[in-house]
Amino acid sequence: MKKLLTAACAASIVATGAHAESVKIGFVTTLTTGAAVIGTDMQNAVNLAVEHLDGKAGDLDIEVIFGDDQFAPEAGKQATDKLVKQDDVDFVAGYIWSHVLLASRKSVLDAGKFLISANAGPSQMAGKLCDPNFFSTSWQNDQTPMALGEVLNQQGVKSLYLMAPNYAAGKDMTAGVERAFNGEIAGKDLTKWGADAQLDFSAELAKAKASGADGLFVFYPGAAGGAFIKQYDQAGLKDTLPLYSVFTVDALSLPKLQEAGFEAVLGSQTTQEWDPTLDNAANKKFVTDFKAKFGTYPSYYAAQSYDSIMLIASAVAKVGNTEDKDAIRAALKAAEFDSVRGDFKFGTNNIPVQDFYLREVVADADGTWTTKVVSTVFEDHVDSFAAECSME
Amino acid sequence: MDTSLLIIQTLNGLQLGLLLFLVASGLTLVFGILDFVNLAHASLYMLGAFICASLTYLVGNFFLAVLLALPLTAALGWAVERFIARPLYARDHLDHVLATFGLILVFDTAAHLIWGPEGIAVPLPPAFTGQIELSETLVIPTYRLVIIAAGLVAATGLYWMVTHTRLGMLIRAGASNRTMVAALGINIELLFGLVFALGAALAGLAGMLIAPITEASIGMGNQVIITAFVVIIVGGIGSMKGAFIAALLIGLIDTLGRSFLDDIFKLVMSPDAAENSAPALSAMLIYIIMACVLALKPQGLFPPKVR
Repeated sequence: MKKLLTAACAASIVATGAHAESVKIGFVTTLTTGAAVIGTDMQNAVNLAVEHLDGKAGDLDIEVIFGDDQFAPEAGKQATDKLVKQDDVDFVAGYIWSHVLLASRKSVLDAGKFLISANAGPSQMAGKLCDPNFFSTSWQNDQTPMALGEVLNQQGVKSLYLMAPNYAAGKDMTAGVERAFNGEIAGKDLTKWGADAQLDFSAELAKAKASGADGLFVFYPGAAGGAFIKQYDQAGLKDTLPLYSVFTVDALSLPKLQEAGFEAVLGSQTTQEWDPTLDNAANKKFVTDFKAKFGTYPSYYAAQSYDSIMLIASAVAKVGNTEDKDAIRAALKAAEFDSVRGDFKFGTNNIPVQDFYLREVVADADGTWTTKVVSTVFEDHVDSFAAECSME
Repeated sequence: MDTSLLIIQTLNGLQLGLLLFLVASGLTLVFGILDFVNLAHASLYMLGAFICASLTYLVGNFFLAVLLALPLTAALGWAVERFIARPLYARDHLDHVLATFGLILVFDTAAHLIWGPEGIAVPLPPAFTGQIELSETLVIPTYRLVIIAAGLVAATGLYWMVTHTRLGMLIRAGASNRTMVAALGINIELLFGLVFALGAALAGLAGMLIAPITEASIGMGNQVIITAFVVIIVGGIGSMKGAFIAALLIGLIDTLGRSFLDDIFKLVMSPDAAENSAPALSAMLIYIIMACVLALKPQGLFPPKVR
């Protein structure tokens, strides 16, 4: 018995010893339901980032544990709790959905861990709920639609109909475009969202058309995006009601739309902080290797996930351990890593201060549908909620 | 609100209602006649869509793919009845729910393994991707009319089968008294297998028809099955007529609620409050209807006469 105890003690010491030499990253995303298509893309990018780093952040081994949010806030919080309490990770990254991130933030921050959003950017967490231990490698939700609103102003669009899912990000997205757009809002529909999201938009499209607006703004991420584009195409609205979208036409929906021959999407315009054609060494390596390994263009979800791992690794490598939280925090804030979007810096609220581009859907040299940058809409854009954040 | 928008939204509601009927009719057949709660009906809807999507790419024509996918989905339904449902008939409803809920997880994961997580977009023949102009302002996508037509044909066929054929007579007899039918020398197990397969084919057909509009995706049945249960509860469990009328009612109420509720709310409250409360209420509307029906007529609007 005594022998066994000693052995157990020795084993536990070895185990703790091993823990000190690795950095544990929890990564929460959607791995089941139809939205798993996004989660898989992010997972691929995370694995590629770890591969590019040879599995090391400085001298420490990188260990990534994935958690599945099942496209629902309560399941996302559960997955986060498990990562924080049971796996005792040092960082929790990921989060596609704003409502999942909002439900999970307290579990991570109260435990004194670092929280890195690789996609979701709810206005609350950029403003009043900002936190020194929360960082984003994406954007605040309102920024991308604001850039689109600015494009609409430049193109002389007079009135706009809005459609978005009824959850935190959907509300931020419509608020963002309304803030920047100078014309009239002809109408707005918020549709049911979640694992039982509404995917048949016949009623809303009929309303949008009847409203007589100059343009239609939509935000439908993931599988809903493909469904929306098809119905827009079938309803024949291309000439009467031009489509302006954010986070809807992406590297995940384009291959499917191409396979099924929905040509209406070619030439459609959208805004984003990143594009596969951005000209910098880190991005070229990322896009080339991603395409070689997984056979498709990476999505912006993938790019942001790749950046989140690179950011964490850069901070850990600089500090050399995961115990010195203050040093890690400072190193994260300094953000000295090669981002796939070129220069990368954080604002006061730890949301990136970055450029936003207008992109257009085109066929590349091989005939594959993808996007390219048309112009830069915003340079070094600071989100509208930074002022509400009390951090220095 | 102008008339042409109202007509278009009514047609949209009709389309949704007929799709709901296809799902609900199979559910009500199995629930009402076999007394078996089949949550996995949702999976058959999803598998119908996936099988049809794969076949569309294989044979190159959506409508041909539907014809080929229908017997496959029916066969799948038959297998579910033979190996999962049949041993459970004697157990109570909770066991049915547990087993078929487990089956949903199995089918979802199977679909994930076979077709991947991303879902499949289904292309339509070029003739059906356009719109039909009923009048200057009245334009509706051709394919939506195809769905309405297919739903009506299926409903008529089902009605004719249940009321005018020998099989339909046996189904009705089996529902009233299965022991007596078996005693008369009818193979009741074969009959129940056929009913289950028919229900599966109907659910599969609904999945196939919606696939070109949304896409074939994992878990696509889970949203529709809840609404289908609402339909059969409102219509009266086991009643085909009830399922038909309730499906159209729910389809219309849901669509018209989504379309006009915010405008109606704007008459009595501020635009901001209307914008926020309308989506919440329109999502709840069908459940409110169900609660009212349950309070006034607990058996549903059209309870079957013999049970």
